[in-house]
Amino acid sequence: MGILKYTMAAAVAVSLAGPAVAADKIKMGALATLEGAFTVLGEDSMRGVKMALEEFGYKAGGKEIELITGSSDATPDSAIRATRKLVEQDGVQILIGPLSGSEGLAVKDYAKTQPNVTFLNGSSAAQDTTLRNPADNFFRFSTEGAQWMAGLGEYAYNEKGYRSMAVLAEDYSFPYTQVFGFLEPFCRLGGKAPADARFWVPIGNKDYSSVIAALPDDVDAIYVALGGADAVNFLTQYEQSGGDLPLVGGSITVDQSVLGSKGNIKKSVIGTPSAGPVSDTWDDPRWATFVKTYQTMFPKGFPSPSLFAHAYYINTKAALLALNEVNGDLSDGEKKFRAALSKLSFETPTGMVSVDERRNAIADIFLTEVIEGPDGNLVNKTIKIIPQVNQTLGVSYDKFLEYGQVSRENPKCD
Amino acid sequence: MLTVVFLLAYPAFASDFFVFQIGAYTLILGTIALSLMMLAGYGGMVSLAQVTVAGFAAYLMAILGDNSVGVMGLGWPWWLTVLVSVLGAALFSAFIGAVSVRTEGIYTIMITLAVAVAFFFFVRQNYVLFNGFSGFAGVEPPTIFGIYWRDPTPFYYLTLAVAAGFFWAVYYGAKSTFGLSLQAIRDNPRRMRALGYNVTLHRITAYFFAGLIAGVAGVLLVWFNGRISPGTIGVDVAIDILVIAVVGGMRHPIGPFLGAIAFVLLENFAIDLIDRERFNMVIGTAFLLVVLFSPDGLLGLWNRVRPKLRFKRDTQLSADRVENGKPAKAGSPDNN
Repeated sequence: MGILKYTMAAAVAVSLAGPAVAADKIKMGALATLEGAFTVLGEDSMRGVKMALEEFGYKAGGKEIELITGSSDATPDSAIRATRKLVEQDGVQILIGPLSGSEGLAVKDYAKTQPNVTFLNGSSAAQDTTLRNPADNFFRFSTEGAQWMAGLGEYAYNEKGYRSMAVLAEDYSFPYTQVFGFLEPFCRLGGKAPADARFWVPIGNKDYSSVIAALPDDVDAIYVALGGADAVNFLTQYEQSGGDLPLVGGSITVDQSVLGSKGNIKKSVIGTPSAGPVSDTWDDPRWATFVKTYQTMFPKGFPSPSLFAHAYYINTKAALLALNEVNGDLSDGEKKFRAALSKLSFETPTGMVSVDERRNAIADIFLTEVIEGPDGNLVNKTIKIIPQVNQTLGVSYDKFLEYGQVSRENPKCD
Repeated sequence: MLTVVFLLAYPAFASDFFVFQIGAYTLILGTIALSLMMLAGYGGMVSLAQVTVAGFAAYLMAILGDNSVGVMGLGWPWWLTVLVSVLGAALFSAFIGAVSVRTEGIYTIMITLAVAVAFFFFVRQNYVLFNGFSGFAGVEPPTIFGIYWRDPTPFYYLTLAVAAGFFWAVYYGAKSTFGLSLQAIRDNPRRMRALGYNVTLHRITAYFFAGLIAGVAGVLLVWFNGRISPGTIGVDVAIDILVIAVVGGMRHPIGPFLGAIAFVLLENFAIDLIDRERFNMVIGTAFLLVVLFSPDGLLGLWNRVRPKLRFKRDTQLSADRVENGKPAKAGSPDNN
């Protein structure tokens, strides 16, 4: 029994020696997945945060910024535990995070219980984080999964001439959002993607042979929304099995982390169109500078910053710019700071970004296509930039809500 | 006695964060680990499915009671939901027991692990009942006597009452007829069977009681998190519970709670001690050291240190005793 006493005493000692908030310092928390399946992506996110802070010399509004990091493992529970520690124990006044979709929904709910702290999204891209029941103190300067698909449905129907498509995606909120964002315009134009041609696989699925065997051969193309290792596994196995249907990719299906892999995927992915918030090979000076800075700061990072680094960078930068605007004044429940954030409109490596009345980003989206680069590497060529895409994809808020919540069957499309 | 006073007075001087996230969470994890300690320490059955049982109760709370997701949520009154959830979890645990009791040692671990993994994948892919990957959110404890039970201090006392209740139940239960026969079955099932005991039934009953404990802890867990999803009951969590029980010590019901304190403190603060990319190594190393230097866990470590402290002044005396009265050789059987 005695040891219990001592351990508890130690715990109390730690709690009493808790954080002392100095007036000339602002505490900023950053939460990403530094453990579990998304560790590599979480590490790149932290690079994004550091790039923004470095750019401002760890100072904003005349005050020093102290960065405290937290880690989750992509489950909502762990995200809440880490957030609670950062907010209630470490006393952060601004929090950047989290990384993945379901975590974002959980942190938004938690944000409602902490009205004196301002939350800025990391890279989580589930629709309902800001669309339905948003929290007043949760901002998302990075766009979400359905916005990332802007223009891709029209492109597949009009330019590529696809009329019926099969769908293969992971079975959780972020791919639902992506599938919705792709199919909504595609089906409105007259395309078909019936429910029995949609395949949902669990995250971390290794064997796609049964899915590949079940894919219908009377469709024009397959829309694939898988990420990381799942995408590599599917593409490799699809190529091995001699599959020859053209593909259309989700935002993280044919990005650098997949194209740079060692798998033999060249034949099936060349010519695959995709869309997302970043484009690796965009020849704009703003993006080129961003990539250059990233490469100099993090020689051990990816060849070019991932969309996770990009999203965390933009959200951190938004917080710092707003702090400059209010001279670091976070008094009165951070009211002035939030007002500044709502009005903020700023230049990012991928164009202008501002937020709508539900505090979700309006930004440019890139339509890309995989090509073989001059040195044999696979890269994404920028085809088109869809300017200033908002969360309701061009229609009014009420009309957009009528489309219903994203799910496996939304939109119907048969 | 000091410990009791300390535990009761804890919210008076600790911050909300320490009361809720450290205190209450420790007690919940400790209670789940207690159900494992009871099965493993007294029954010799290491079950990796205790988190599954707790998760089953948590899911029942979301399905039968209220949630904010819009799937299921039958809206039963809270007392009925809690009762059915806990009993359901206990029956589920008894079922796991019925499947696994005829196995021993590593095979019990394998079967219960299989149950845990199967349940994890089932809830992740079933959308009609369990709402798949995203699970349920917005599961709230009721407001009774004008107290909102999720506020840190009331919730802490609730978990403390539950944990203390089960602690004494297991502590005294181990000395009851049932507890003693369970320990006898652990030591020699064949002899107990020959004596006329129904070994299988005893073991299944033990699983039922362990299920009650884990079920109540599961109800507290879903109130604590406000949500339940497959990630809460994954294999890594099942292993966390095993680590807590082993690191704490399996010989006394206080062990799991010691393990839980160490686990929760490390989980929360290891990231402050070391570079963020390496903090899981600190957690692993700490547990490795405990198990390496004390196979009985923290409890064994304490038991080993205590005599040295307490009997320091008696050392001379006992040394003399050993000198004079050399161990008798007469009764030893190996002189043929």
